[in-house]
Amino acid sequence: MKLIIRKLITLIITLLVISFLSFAAFSLIPGDAALTRLGQDATPQQLAALRAEMGLDDPLPERYADWLAGALRGDFGESYRYEGTTVASLLSQRLPVTVLLAVLSLIMITAVSLPLGIACARYSGKWLDILVNQLTQLAMAIPPFFLGMILTYVFGLTLRWFQPGDFTQPSEDLAACLSYLAFPALAVALPKIAMVVRFLRGSVLSEMGKDYVRTAFSKGNSENGVLYGHVLGNAMIPVVTFFAMVIAEILAGSIVVEQVFSVPGVGRLLISSISDRDYPVVQAIVLYVAAATVLINFAVDLLYQLLDPRVREA
Amino acid sequence: MKKNHLLLGVMTFLLSAALCACGGGKNAEESSAGAAQTDAGAQESGNTLSEGTPVPGGRLVFGMTQDLASLDPHIETDAGTRDVVFNLYEGLVKPASDGSFLPAVASDYVISDDAKVYTFTLRDGITFHDGTPVTIEDVKYSIDRYAEIQGESSAFSIVSEAVIVDEKTLEIHLKESYSELLPMMTLAIIPAANDDPAGTPVGTGPFRFVSYTPGQNLILEKYDGYWQEGLPSLDEVEFKFIADVDTAYMELQAGTIDILKYLTAAQAQTLSGDYQIVEGSMNLVHAMYLNSEYGPLSDARVRQALCYAVDRDAVNQFLFGGKSRIIGSHMIPAMSVYYEPEAAGVYTYDPQKARELLAEAGYPDGFDLTITVPSSYSQHVDTAQIIAEQLSQVGVRASISQVEWSSWLENVYQGGEFEATVIGFDGTLAPSDWLMKYTTGDTKNFMHYSNEEYDRVFEEAYASVDETVKAEKYKEAQMILARDAAAVYIEDPVNLVAVSRNFGGYTFYPTAAEDMSLIYQIGQ
Repeated sequence: MKLIIRKLITLIITLLVISFLSFAAFSLIPGDAALTRLGQDATPQQLAALRAEMGLDDPLPERYADWLAGALRGDFGESYRYEGTTVASLLSQRLPVTVLLAVLSLIMITAVSLPLGIACARYSGKWLDILVNQLTQLAMAIPPFFLGMILTYVFGLTLRWFQPGDFTQPSEDLAACLSYLAFPALAVALPKIAMVVRFLRGSVLSEMGKDYVRTAFSKGNSENGVLYGHVLGNAMIPVVTFFAMVIAEILAGSIVVEQVFSVPGVGRLLISSISDRDYPVVQAIVLYVAAATVLINFAVDLLYQLLDPRVREA
Repeated sequence: MKKNHLLLGVMTFLLSAALCACGGGKNAEESSAGAAQTDAGAQESGNTLSEGTPVPGGRLVFGMTQDLASLDPHIETDAGTRDVVFNLYEGLVKPASDGSFLPAVASDYVISDDAKVYTFTLRDGITFHDGTPVTIEDVKYSIDRYAEIQGESSAFSIVSEAVIVDEKTLEIHLKESYSELLPMMTLAIIPAANDDPAGTPVGTGPFRFVSYTPGQNLILEKYDGYWQEGLPSLDEVEFKFIADVDTAYMELQAGTIDILKYLTAAQAQTLSGDYQIVEGSMNLVHAMYLNSEYGPLSDARVRQALCYAVDRDAVNQFLFGGKSRIIGSHMIPAMSVYYEPEAAGVYTYDPQKARELLAEAGYPDGFDLTITVPSSYSQHVDTAQIIAEQLSQVGVRASISQVEWSSWLENVYQGGEFEATVIGFDGTLAPSDWLMKYTTGDTKNFMHYSNEEYDRVFEEAYASVDETVKAEKYKEAQMILARDAAAVYIEDPVNLVAVSRNFGGYTFYPTAAEDMSLIYQIGQ
């Protein structure tokens, strides 16, 4: 209970600091939302009027205080870029998509990388390990947008397993949405699978060399018995940490993959909001990403306690 | 972005190599046959693409690489947005594809001899998308609202008032004689009763609003009560926003979108036979604009030297396969009445002459020049790179500074803080809209250009009521800009549009308009 309260306080402080930093950073960069919305042909009067309406003329602390007052009540205001559209409605269209994409890719990552990583460690130096080692190296070396393009070309344009750009909202048809998202999810998952496999393999192998393993063998345990009964629990601890980082990254929306596959998720919204100087939207997304990261780390802390009794005692 | 393109290029190369290897001779034949057909089609029908039997109905997806600024027609400002809302709204008059004006919400108009009073007659039986008849009060409301939003300093402030004469007639009174008012009277007529024009757009155009999802799409459907008989042909149009140009091209190849414009020459060549490529123009004055207050550039000889040093044909060849129209002043060829063709020939590529002029102006060893370009527009960045290379041949040490679009707007365009910049300007069908930005002290004169002779000639042209005199004066003004080298004018870039073979009737306009009402489905 104490732990939860401590974590909650950390969460609040983190969010406050991050939101202020991103707010301040935005007022340093040139260009503002009024100018971007009105473009080349705007007259000075139109600009002045829109700036006043958006409150861009007010000093920074005042604007931040206004924003914070709204955010605390759960009101993130209206988008500067899309007149009359609330930030909440923009995000509520996109969050489910990004979360679905993240869940799909997580399933892929877990389903493939855990067995593969363990198998590589079990048969290290054998042909399977060597082959997977080559493949994972390749998967990590390809830049994500290029991987996305290759997948689009192969599965979309050549095999026609999906139609690039023909995305269906999950609320309209969940099955159609998932079958489209499978391909961007694959693009997100492939490099991560490669990383987790290598990480897990390394972690298991380094555990295998420790004294307790020799003891376990001398007690008459079989190879599998040692691996699953003794080694894996210890080997998983660093992998779980790594997994947490991956989850936080995916939940923030894979900007590049969303762009290449035309998936209307949070990542794409973040990029366009930054270039449109749409502060309210950027602030809300930054908060979401920060909160997701902190919460996942919290979950990992709890998980440690399950995996490792030593943490529980401390 | 740059890296992105490079890799795409490499990939395209690899893929095409692979395709050729496995029996691609046929492929090449097909695409060249397709190109020949396109040429024939374009010649036959001028600026319209038409073949096949029209079938009423159908749904079309139009790919857009930028989102809309706003659906409120009176505050909309960028060309991409105007392209789209052209289908929703109409003014008292509307532009035709030849640059003339068709009566729309008005059935007729009369311009007084001194061009100070314009009288419009409301079209009988015309209705808004919600079925209510358009009243003369709606017309006045729209004009007043537009005037208020545009503000005191805008070109529209020449209108002193809109006067309702009777329930069918409205007079527009001007503060002074002005014969270029019609392009402004394309301003959208909207119902006075609608208090949320941006959220629930209602107009009199051929299509009516269905839904708008920010960052994703705008969906329009056929308006059955449209005043032009037989239009539109399509039942539904989706404008789909795809932020990334390479992704948009992939979606075109996949058949998700039916029309995509602004293709590169390479993309147009590799596209399959399912699409026709139609060639039009982007209606832009693409140029390297100069800050006349920056030391060396304040000397006309230096600016002229830059014009001699830049090989416009090389830019055109490299970026557009030589298909763009070379220009020499600030007017597009499509504005045929006002366009001065001779301006394009004032400078020819002549590095020797450029070096002489630089020496004469006191810069025998050249000078430093920073070219600021918005990084998100590869067309401008690429042009700047070619120009920088060419300028180095005459000793001008040009460096390129890539900035974000918002920074460009704030620092270069609003602040006027730059040395040179590569950008394209669009404009309305009023010639003054293109040329006014060069007059001394104009709010849009970010180049700080000032030339007494130009100011005088422009003023004469602007005030002139006689069309012939007006056209002559505007042409004279363009020649002054060319000879004084106000900017290094390059071209009006070619607009390569891919249109699915399932559709016909794609039409180019000399102004921002993507007219979906003329597009029809082709029977198989």
